[in-house]
Amino acid sequence: MALMHVEVVSTEQQIYSGEASFLVAPAEEGEIGVYPRHVPLLTRIKPGVLRLQVPGQQGEVLVAVSGGMMEVQPTHITVLADTAIRGEDLDEARANEAKRAAENALKHASDDLSTAKAHAALAVAIAELKALDYLRKRVD
Amino acid sequence: MAVGKEILTKIRSVQNTQKITRAMQMVATSKMRKTQERMRAARPYAEKMRTVMAHLAQANADLEHPLLARRDVIKRAGIILLTSDKGLCGGLNVNTLKRFFAKVKELQDANVEVDVCCLGQKGLAACQRARLNVVASAVHLGDTPRMEALIGPLTVLMKQYADGELDAVYIVYSSFVNTMKQEPVLEQLLPLTPEHMVVEHSHSWDYVYEPGPLSVMEFLVKRYVESVVYQALAENMASEQAARMVAMKAATDNAGNAIKRLRLVYNKSRQAAITTELSEIVAGAAAV
Repeated sequence: MALMHVEVVSTEQQIYSGEASFLVAPAEEGEIGVYPRHVPLLTRIKPGVLRLQVPGQQGEVLVAVSGGMMEVQPTHITVLADTAIRGEDLDEARANEAKRAAENALKHASDDLSTAKAHAALAVAIAELKALDYLRKRVD
Repeated sequence: MAVGKEILTKIRSVQNTQKITRAMQMVATSKMRKTQERMRAARPYAEKMRTVMAHLAQANADLEHPLLARRDVIKRAGIILLTSDKGLCGGLNVNTLKRFFAKVKELQDANVEVDVCCLGQKGLAACQRARLNVVASAVHLGDTPRMEALIGPLTVLMKQYADGELDAVYIVYSSFVNTMKQEPVLEQLLPLTPEHMVVEHSHSWDYVYEPGPLSVMEFLVKRYVESVVYQALAENMASEQAARMVAMKAATDNAGNAIKRLRLVYNKSRQAAITTELSEIVAGAAAV
């Protein structure tokens, strides 16, 4: 029986890696089933479940993915899964958030002040120690 | 006996500092291990992404996409600057910023305007001091790199690039060589350069694209850039913890030395006081 190598990875970890004889994926244009020696295909996939038939194993192996991209080659399949929940509007909102953060950075300086002060004090203490050490080396 | 009072106070204060630095060293050590694991965990995705991009390049070399288009004249460039949120990690941020400002100067000398996207508090503060144009930022990223925190700032830059406002995008971060060594690195993110996509063999074929080549392409390039930045962030975080561990170890050692030396001074002065007192008594007795 022909097999194909299936790998599911996300930015944060490797989710699945193994052989399969058949796979069903939630492609963006509808579910697709893939047998070995499939024509090369690049498709976006929706959040959903990958179903794999693994030889020597009863039933199907299920792998949940939160959307992403699937590359199909005759003998191997790569799923590049998204980690974060994505969407055109959501990405836009996040972009605006990042812009705002940059604009507000000047104003909101105060809430970090106490931590910054403590850090600065510690930095001064460490610098003093370094100076002491340096002086000691010169004296010795 | 009043003679050693100040020295004792000083010793105590140094001891307190030493306690803090030692605690920070230990925290950094344990965090470093975790950040290194995360850095490794991010690798398979980046590798697979590179493979798919390479396949794509050999399958379809003449596909036009705004994110891939090469610009002849660079008028405005974006730089993503990755730094730590907190200080006390030795020369880590200083080195990264040095590399960053060298690039900024190089670009400005060539009459290129610079937009900066800051990830991390230290870089943001430095850019504000230098009055650079910060278009997007994300701070308080914590110790775990999260994709969600990156999407916003990256979308801003990629949109600007796709709209033609930016002609190149660079990234500056501190790469993790080993525990003792971290190196500032500058890479070009956009446009993708040929070494991003290595063509392996040459027989011609093409993918079936769903929903369509352009949208798939855009999706892939976006994810590719994100994965590069994610990887950079993971490395930067590992570098930060390693640098902090080394810096705090040095500080703890220095504090130990300082305490030793102060003790010596204290003991000497106490001994001197006792000797003086004794000789005074003896002299007094002899006079009687």
